[in-house]
Amino acid sequence: MSTKIVDRKPLSFFENSYLPTLMSGLKVTWKHFKKSALQGRPLTMEYPEQKWVVPQGYRGAPYLVKDQEGSTKCVSCQLCEFVCPPKAIRITPPGPNGAPADRRNAEKAPAEFEINMLRCIFCGLCQEVCPEEAIFLQKDYSLTGESREEMVYGKAKLLQMGGTHGGIQKWKHKLEEAEAQEVFPVRTN
Amino acid sequence: MSATVTAENKPAPPPVERIKVKVDGREIEVPKTTPDWQGKPQATTMLQACAHAGVDVPHYCYHHKLPVAGNCRMCLVEFGTPVMDPATKKPALNEDGSPKIARSVLPYEPGTPRGAIACATPISPGMELYPGSPATAQMREAVLESLLINHPLDCTICDQAGECKLQEYSVEHGQAASRFVETKVHKPKAVDLGPRIVLDDERCILCTRCIRFTKDIVNDDALGIINRGSYNTIAAAPGRQFDNNYTLNTVDLCPVGALTSKDFRFKMRVWFLKETKSVCPGCATGCNIIIGSRENVIQRLEPRENDAVNGPWMCDSGRLDYKWVGASNRLKEVLVGGKPSTWQTALSEIGSRLVTAAPGSVAIVGSARLSTEELFLLKQLARKFDAITDVVEHLGEADRLLVHAEKAPNYSGARITGLAYTEAGINLPRIRAGIETGSIKSLVVVGEDLVAAGFSSDLLGRLSLLVVSDIVPTPTTSIAHYVLPGCAYAEKRGTFINAKGRVQKFMKAVEPPGTARPEWEFLHELVHQVTGGNGYSTIEGLFNLLARELAPLAGLEWSRLGDTGVTVTL
Repeated sequence: MSTKIVDRKPLSFFENSYLPTLMSGLKVTWKHFKKSALQGRPLTMEYPEQKWVVPQGYRGAPYLVKDQEGSTKCVSCQLCEFVCPPKAIRITPPGPNGAPADRRNAEKAPAEFEINMLRCIFCGLCQEVCPEEAIFLQKDYSLTGESREEMVYGKAKLLQMGGTHGGIQKWKHKLEEAEAQEVFPVRTN
Repeated sequence: MSATVTAENKPAPPPVERIKVKVDGREIEVPKTTPDWQGKPQATTMLQACAHAGVDVPHYCYHHKLPVAGNCRMCLVEFGTPVMDPATKKPALNEDGSPKIARSVLPYEPGTPRGAIACATPISPGMELYPGSPATAQMREAVLESLLINHPLDCTICDQAGECKLQEYSVEHGQAASRFVETKVHKPKAVDLGPRIVLDDERCILCTRCIRFTKDIVNDDALGIINRGSYNTIAAAPGRQFDNNYTLNTVDLCPVGALTSKDFRFKMRVWFLKETKSVCPGCATGCNIIIGSRENVIQRLEPRENDAVNGPWMCDSGRLDYKWVGASNRLKEVLVGGKPSTWQTALSEIGSRLVTAAPGSVAIVGSARLSTEELFLLKQLARKFDAITDVVEHLGEADRLLVHAEKAPNYSGARITGLAYTEAGINLPRIRAGIETGSIKSLVVVGEDLVAAGFSSDLLGRLSLLVVSDIVPTPTTSIAHYVLPGCAYAEKRGTFINAKGRVQKFMKAVEPPGTARPEWEFLHELVHQVTGGNGYSTIEGLFNLLARELAPLAGLEWSRLGDTGVTVTL
């Protein structure tokens, strides 16, 4: 490919004085000044006193949620840990002698669930992969801490921050179904 | 290749007649008979013929080391057989001269294709198999649909997820959605079947692999199916526990997550596990194993198929004997006179003290838990100092299947290298007497606790030099002048030679704790230091060196051992 040389027009004396560029810059400044100071329509916010309204679908910090009965939804399947691109999630499974889940019939719940918010890239793959609808990217965008350790959120903190997200409660319904079958004659529907 | 080295010490079987069949239109020649689960020749099945053609036929109940049951119906394959002309008793031909094939159909509904279970249907000459046909695909879809009718679909909490055939085949051959709106039949969950097994009856697809295994392989008829119809459940015989020493093999056999290991329950998802090929150090059988580890922690052991040693099985005691590897009390640093030191200091001091020892005043006690390479290096040390050597004998119960009475993996290695004599432990009384009379002043112990082997602490205290390498603190390490932290089998590479002379290599799965080093590494340095000879600093070179020097291993090379090893004549 050959190179095309574009002629550069020499600047006139007036242009060389920088005045036209300066004035066009000041024009923009004046426009904004007029809008925010004189017409009362500011472009900036007095953060942190004023807070931004987080739009729907915003991907903030991932937190664990509880179901409508206040039980942990996570069953420690570790799919989010597997899918997490920056390896921010670390789950400690309950193991053979771990504490039982805090709802009947779920059998399994994480012994510990940690998200390193310094590693997290807020991609939302954990939410997408979760088969139990137990983890959601919520609206928190300003996560601060005084140490690296503090930025690793544990299970208790994640559950507290996450709040409640109701669902179909499949484990509960499985149990109800099973218990109904213990009754004779078997109910058919 | 040396005459002593054979892949199997058996005469070659007579050649088997071969017959021609077509698999998805491709003609292949397959042997007329194939060894069954007991090794007896049986007519080759459709499933085996497809395997010869490189076509996988999905199956649940069929297992090549178990009797054929044919109950899961997953391996249904459409087929066709050559048509015989009844008049001439010869194959009927099409107009183009090709043999006429009658596709399998339902006898009462000739328009509908009929499959045959590939695992139990023998092939005949000229037969055509259609594992890739639309009819076969439909049969698989239908079988999977009925297997999933009552399946709880609790993959999220199921330990089998990731290595579950029901998951895999559902993705490969199943339907995306279920058409069933009826309530699922619920069955017992988390049933305590035995000391090591948990059963989830809802997940069970009733393939009966576990029943056949325990009945026909272990001869312990402990399991069976109870109840009728869709209430069929696997259960232990009334008043019985499923508690033989091979129960955990049923966890491997179970194609779904019905039988799970109590030890591995909810411990780690299988897709995180790094798999390392190794050899079980529990006894002189040397079962081939896979170490499943994650981030330097061993999570489970599984058998690795090797027909010359363990087949696809291993015993429960061997499988659960891995927790000592990552124990918190492991020796982590070199101790000189009870104080932390460095490898360099310790090895150079040991070397210079051994070099000045009077000939015959040195004794070396090795261990049959060490690799052949390490035993060979110890023997080289012994040769230099004219030392008296032995290994400690550990004996226990044996059984008719896999468990050997010798409770360490490498007695054959100890004998081949010459560190032990025909019977392990016969030199120990001489060593003890030598220390008592004062003729033995220096003792090197690797991998054994001599106090437990009958040497009193007082007696060992008389030695002017006691070098002990072990992996955990023992009464012997507490009185040693030099303590060298060694490695467990899973933390190093090497070879074990089992009781039948199978030379098998094991690979490194996890890192050793602290500054612990593989025994062969520091023994190699020590040998180099005291003999001045040049050696190999890699395990491959070391093995090739010892194979050249030891007659029974003549002709062997590390690279020739492969994954399943080579049998030598002891």
